[in-house]
Amino acid sequence: MSISLSAITKSFGKNSVLKEISLDIADGEFLTLLGPSGCGKSTLLRILAGLELQSSGTVSIGGRTVDGVRPKRRDVAMVFQSYALYPHMTVAENMALPLRMRGLNAWQRLPLVGRLLPGTRIAKRQIEEEVRRTADALSIGPLLDRKPGQLSGGQRQRVALGRAMVRQPTVFLMDEPLSNLDAKLRVQMRAEIKELHSRLGVTFVYVTHDQSEAMTLSNRVAVMLDGELLQVAPPHEIYADPDDRRVAEFIGSPKINMLAGTVRERGRIDAAGTTLSAVLDMPVGTLVAVGIRPEAFHLTHHAGAGSFAGTVRLVEHMGSDLFVHLDVRGQGEPLIARLLAERAPHVTIGQTLHLAADLDRVLLFDEAGRRIRTTREGRGASVARLREMA
Amino acid sequence: MSAASSTTRLSAPGLLRHAVLLATAALVLIPFVWMVSLSIKPPGEIFRTGFSFWPHQFYGFENYAKAMTEAPLPRYMLNGVIVCTLIVLLQILVCAPAAYALAKLDFPGRGLLFGMVLVALILPHEVLALPLFVLGYKLGILNTYAALIFPYVVSPFGIFLFRQFFKTIPDDVVHAARLDGLNELAIVWKVMLPMAVPAIIAFAIFSVVSHWNSLFWPLIAVRDQALMPPPLGIMAFRNEEAGNDYGPLMAAATIVVAPLVIAFLAAQTWFVEGMTGGAVK
Ligand SMILES: Nc1ncnc2c1ncn2[C@@H]1O[C@H](COP(=O)(O)OP(=O)(O)O)[C@@H](O)[C@H]1O
Ligand SMILES: [Mg+2]
Repeated sequence: MSISLSAITKSFGKNSVLKEISLDIADGEFLTLLGPSGCGKSTLLRILAGLELQSSGTVSIGGRTVDGVRPKRRDVAMVFQSYALYPHMTVAENMALPLRMRGLNAWQRLPLVGRLLPGTRIAKRQIEEEVRRTADALSIGPLLDRKPGQLSGGQRQRVALGRAMVRQPTVFLMDEPLSNLDAKLRVQMRAEIKELHSRLGVTFVYVTHDQSEAMTLSNRVAVMLDGELLQVAPPHEIYADPDDRRVAEFIGSPKINMLAGTVRERGRIDAAGTTLSAVLDMPVGTLVAVGIRPEAFHLTHHAGAGSFAGTVRLVEHMGSDLFVHLDVRGQGEPLIARLLAERAPHVTIGQTLHLAADLDRVLLFDEAGRRIRTTREGRGASVARLREMA
Repeated sequence: MSAASSTTRLSAPGLLRHAVLLATAALVLIPFVWMVSLSIKPPGEIFRTGFSFWPHQFYGFENYAKAMTEAPLPRYMLNGVIVCTLIVLLQILVCAPAAYALAKLDFPGRGLLFGMVLVALILPHEVLALPLFVLGYKLGILNTYAALIFPYVVSPFGIFLFRQFFKTIPDDVVHAARLDGLNELAIVWKVMLPMAVPAIIAFAIFSVVSHWNSLFWPLIAVRDQALMPPPLGIMAFRNEEAGNDYGPLMAAATIVVAPLVIAFLAAQTWFVEGMTGGAVK
């Protein structure tokens, strides 16, 4: 089912948590809401599920406006960060509950009377089979008779997934489902969730504060900050072509280098003791922020225009790559460059290095943090330039 | 003996602490011990100066037989069971949804309502005796079981205790239940209450003890001996049959408190858990 959020706002008292969120999610898409803790992701997800009422705006699912429709009738399933399993029920009962509530009527659910009513036995058998099938698909079949308290974190996570899957919803909502798992299990479950999505082919809305989860899982990522949607785009675009300075700074590790720059003359920007060329129409003297990703640097031999000179403060060996921290005069924080280890074999602390930035990958932002798009852009041009220099 | 306990024995504050605890326990226990002791003594020994727990002449059989036969003690006990059971069940039936609303639902006036529960909590029930008596009279339920039960059905303490316990259950569990298709009442009965078993047991013990032992309201509400709960029955028994025959009277009192003591000892761990709140997740 497609989902459409239009101008959703939410306040708790005076505290405005969501500010005019509009978002369209296609049928079968895997969309991730990515943002730091406290930015309103869970609140938005709860509004989608109908567990919380928005202050204004409209939610529609599958083209139908669902404002005021109860959670049960929205045909969405949710996996919670804390799993929210029922501790007094076995795994089988946990997973069967959503089916019982839908497949059996109130009389049939009664312990003794129910058994006497027509159809109960067949319906119950179907539910049992459905639960078993789902449990087997998640390899938790042998755990069906246990209580959640007797399971490990990873197993509880699977049960929570199973409870959501078992009734075959058309929309899956997941609120940081992996954040309580250890690193290894997290990577494994990440792959399983991805696999689950391609198998079921239904819409997934996934909430996380972990950018690697967002980048690996999603068709599109929606970056949220302080209750605002900053950008909604495929993962590579979020990384390489951010619309907003905050997006550029939130995504990527190590963090993007941000330099304070001034437009000197048309097409030239002064930053961190050097001059970069960029094609842009801005009056002389305009302040800009120059963002350069660590891997957009390369070593160069000539000092002068376009190259940053500095002293090496720290070298981190990461196998095929080196992270070089460079103290540059007039720049508060060191620049961090990611260099291929084979291209920079003898970097030592205290040494003076010259770094040049790949100009096509330099990101410019205005004072409000909005992206300034220059005319010279695109991968092709950048590759051509690199060849020229080699 | 472990090293830890021998060091506590040596330290003066530890000694003092234990002395105070022992003295308090003794103060609380002495009347009960005395009661049991009197219940096995012949009339002649009861008023003898000097105290010994064991009688010279064991008279327990006679006293207990008299208590069981001369007063309708089984009837009083049955009344106690009926009244206490109904009170507890109705209290849970009323308090759990109220507590759920106060703990998990968001509605205007919630804070005010909870404040009123707290006020009711500190109000002694005796204050309400007269209005309740008038109300009972108007409804025509005086001198029936209903008169013994209804005034207690809404228990501020129960609402408070359950609300505190429900607060410790994560909101996500409620959310999951709503998505699974449970309505609000179903959430109370199928999710919240089963998760709050320690609180229920603590509350049930508290409720049964206080209503099993209550004398004041039954004294006002019923006159028919066939309806009397145990303490009131014993009082009537003393006046009418036993006079100053304290042996059988103490035997009756022992029989009356015995079920409570046994039940409390059996459920002790749960009781403590429920009172300290939310230990079981
Ligand atoms: N029921 C609530 N009452 C008051 N404030 C809330 C409530 N739920 C969330 N908030 C506030 O809304 C903000 C966003 O919360 P949340 O959606 O949980 O963030 P996230 O999931 O991104 O970490 C937080 O500042 C939080 O304090
Ligand atoms: Mg959250």
